[in-house]
Amino acid sequence: MSKIKTLDDLNQAGKRGLAALIPSRIKIMVGMATSGIASGAQEVYNALEAEIKERNLDIILSRTASMGMDCMEPLVDVLLPGKPRLAYSKMTAKKAPALLDQVAKGTIEAIKPFYRMDEEEFIVLGGAKRYFKGAAPAYLRGIPTIQEIPFYKKQVKIATRNCGLIDPESLDEYIAKGGYFSLYKALTGMKPEAIVADVIASGLRGRGGGGFRTGLKWKSCRDAEGEIKYVICNGDEGDPGAYMDRSVMEGDPHSVIEGMIIGAFAIGSHEGYIYVRNEYPLAVKNLAFAIAKARKCGLLGKNIFETGFDFDIKISKGAGAFVCGESTALMASLEGAAGEPRAKYIHTVEHGLWDRPSNLNNVETWANVPAILTRGGKWFAGIGAKNSTGTKVFSLVGKINNIGLVEVPMGTPLKDIVYEIGGGIPGGRKFKAVQTGGPSGGCIPEKLIDLPVDFDELRKAGSMMGSGGMIIMDDRTCMVDIAHYFIEFLESESCGKCVPCREGIRRMKDILEEICAGKGQAGDIELLQEMSKAIIDGSLCALGGSAPNPVLSTIQYFRDEYEAHISEKRCPAAVCKALIAYSIDKKKCTGCGVCRKKCPVKCITGEKKKPHVIDRKKCIKCGACYESCKFDAITVK
Amino acid sequence: MKKDKTVEKQVKEIVDRYGAEKSSLIAILQDMQGAFGYLPKDALIFLNEVVDVPLARIYEVATFYNAFSLTPRGKYLVEVCAGTACHVTGALTLMERLERDLEIRCGETTGDGMFTLEQVRCLGCCSLAPVMRIGGNIHAYLTQDEIPKILRNYRQ
Amino acid sequence: MAKFIIDGKKIEAENGATVLDAARENGIEIPTLCTHDEVGSAGACRLCVVEVKQGNRAKIVASCLYPAEDGIAVDTKSERVMAVRRLVLQLLLARCPGSGLIQDLAEQMGVKPEPRFTADTDKGKCILCRLCVRTCEQVVGVSAIGFSFRGADKTVGTPFHENSQVCIGCGACAYICPTGHIEMETTKTGDSRTIWGRTFKMATCKVCGRYFAPEDQLKYISRTAGVPLENLAVCISCR
Repeated sequence: MSKIKTLDDLNQAGKRGLAALIPSRIKIMVGMATSGIASGAQEVYNALEAEIKERNLDIILSRTASMGMDCMEPLVDVLLPGKPRLAYSKMTAKKAPALLDQVAKGTIEAIKPFYRMDEEEFIVLGGAKRYFKGAAPAYLRGIPTIQEIPFYKKQVKIATRNCGLIDPESLDEYIAKGGYFSLYKALTGMKPEAIVADVIASGLRGRGGGGFRTGLKWKSCRDAEGEIKYVICNGDEGDPGAYMDRSVMEGDPHSVIEGMIIGAFAIGSHEGYIYVRNEYPLAVKNLAFAIAKARKCGLLGKNIFETGFDFDIKISKGAGAFVCGESTALMASLEGAAGEPRAKYIHTVEHGLWDRPSNLNNVETWANVPAILTRGGKWFAGIGAKNSTGTKVFSLVGKINNIGLVEVPMGTPLKDIVYEIGGGIPGGRKFKAVQTGGPSGGCIPEKLIDLPVDFDELRKAGSMMGSGGMIIMDDRTCMVDIAHYFIEFLESESCGKCVPCREGIRRMKDILEEICAGKGQAGDIELLQEMSKAIIDGSLCALGGSAPNPVLSTIQYFRDEYEAHISEKRCPAAVCKALIAYSIDKKKCTGCGVCRKKCPVKCITGEKKKPHVIDRKKCIKCGACYESCKFDAITVK
Repeated sequence: MKKDKTVEKQVKEIVDRYGAEKSSLIAILQDMQGAFGYLPKDALIFLNEVVDVPLARIYEVATFYNAFSLTPRGKYLVEVCAGTACHVTGALTLMERLERDLEIRCGETTGDGMFTLEQVRCLGCCSLAPVMRIGGNIHAYLTQDEIPKILRNYRQ
Repeated sequence: MAKFIIDGKKIEAENGATVLDAARENGIEIPTLCTHDEVGSAGACRLCVVEVKQGNRAKIVASCLYPAEDGIAVDTKSERVMAVRRLVLQLLLARCPGSGLIQDLAEQMGVKPEPRFTADTDKGKCILCRLCVRTCEQVVGVSAIGFSFRGADKTVGTPFHENSQVCIGCGACAYICPTGHIEMETTKTGDSRTIWGRTFKMATCKVCGRYFAPEDQLKYISRTAGVPLENLAVCISCR
């Protein structure tokens, strides 16, 4: 492993990386991030590997992470020298031989590519590299380019710039994409104060949900008294349904490392920590591998780029506590204690980890830094909206056709994300709401769908950006059930230190549970609102301080659903088990008996070819019959 | 897990790996959880003798975090994802079915020591919702129908 | 010195003083539960919250921890503040229906129980003020008791809820417990006391012969302070 201590070393590594990224031989890349593997990518990889070996083919088989369109995984990209890059979706191990046949022939008859890429963006350096000269070959002109795919059309990738394009284990490929040139520029050509000023100018705001101006945080930490300072990366992404940070840590770990070294230099720190959720083993593995490699090359450790600057990073795994995503709880955990937050009247930039000045930023925030350093703060500020600059990565999940990770300029209307990028609601159902900001956020209803994704706009509407989880709900989602879901989650994650959160959240949960069970009482809505205000005001940290948000926002926009549950004992979305009943439509039932066999409590009776009947007294409302009926004969109300 | 080594020897090895300071406590407990499958009481009591942390603090940390279990876990960890995307696609129904089929409640282990049923939030495989993970393997687009067969396969 | 206002009154406080300290020094009362001169403040009960206005921003903070600052205007009884205190007491009434202290506090502040909060039966009188744990750790120095679990399951006690080998039976936790949740029983003769499930033999004073402290406590002090045990076997009255 050769050292990278000079600009020349960096350029050499970049050349090697480019040769690996866009080689002169055939290259096949399999998307193997966590969700890729979950959908069968390992089997695809193994099958391709076996076939390539057996046929003795001269093909480079490599791994990459995900470019975001997880609903189309397993994804396999094929790069033939001098041709556009082709992406194949929903690959299977069975299709491997056929894929290799057409790759060898240079055709696309057997398996049609999902899209083609004519060029690859190099956003840190600026510009793009075309895979071939001249026009696209005629036989590929019928294949849409990636920019023509609605999912990708409006995306601008800065934080996720390398995900799905590079091999996350390759330092050379990272460098080829402009990696570590920002660090070189920072250490050899800039004063720390200038770096801080540029980050301030970029307008970058914390991507973990706090939205605090990153540059200002760096400045405060730099100005704080103390010889020893720490930079910390918050990789404890805990919002259910959010996996942006995981994707960056898995797909482009060096972007976080480089960002942290730059930040450490700007602040005057020599020790960094990355705190990763222990539920993310692949992220931990890829980060550890990247750190070890960076160390071997001299990009971490002593005398980086021969400038005399020392810095190293340790990885700390979380142990399963959502509250450790809160900065003071995270620091308590790093110190070996239970993750209990403390008051932040004394800021952590002055007294943080082990009482020393500490700068904590989210994974996505750090990943943006190298791009900002080379392209400039002004460039970043020119993207997105005025007070929410740059881009944001969102996880688009739930009742949406195109499930996956998207990175869009701030200010993009929610409508575009849901309908254009997301492809609308599956099954022809109707959009009901989008939950943003996870358990700390709120629901945005249809009437506000034109809202732009912007820190302040979302706050004004009663929600928040949060870490970027975007959960789409349709008309079969009960908003009271959703409020109950989030409150129940927070109840199990509360650290238990302060009274309003520990006691208040579980009382709210009890009331919501009763409402969903048909035992709600008049005055419950007002009580929930009153409790919410006091819990927001009285809680020690942001977990309790934002826990009532989903309840308040669902009451604000879907009060009628609450009222139906309370006064009519009815669940309009037909979700709350205590308030619904399954029945068989005599006119549609063919007496096939499938539901009778599937019923786990044997409450369906009927003779062959005669309409069946559900015994409501025995029915446990598991929905197995509803799922199995091919004739649409079972209704639930 | 090496059966010929005493518990104390294994704990000492783990402590040497990270250092006997308070800040290493969570990493030490994670490796102990991995080595023993849970955190045995005598192992924690011994740990207190070799690291500079009061037993009350060790117990606090061992019970605070979800990753640690003070009781032995089953051979297979059945983790039902209860993330928001999985919730809206029916995770609750799947959990209820598993509770019925395994005859235990969430958080418990079956009498034969085969399965421990738990909830996890979230696995980040939202495009495959609803999702269940058994022994590290992801089962995607899960329907309650498939559950008996899946469990049977692991039993064999 | 920090110059600011509390409830319309001009206040001057030392640098580093908390709003609570400053209020008390000026005869302004703010209710508290989890703060104590011996062990400082945890900011856990949230009863002492106040509203702090600076410019056109207002925020609710725990006065036991918030540092006094120049130019702030503190309101110790604003609507938002009273709403938090009301909720805290209602929640504690439901958690510890048997606690006389909480009932008194609630009555003083005109707070009635919330009928929608079902009373707990398994929490005893423990309001999780954290005073006992902090005392055992910071004042006594043995950390015989601590917290376990989290959220509403959070409990105070000995590890594994079994006898602690490091407890010295000093009873400091029982003395500082504001609700009387921690029980310490002494025999009629005073020759032993039982706390956290463990019985401690009491030592007698060399001079007056009365039982005055657990033997284990004296042994602990002897060990940590390096004082011979015989020198400690005299009770406070005979010293």
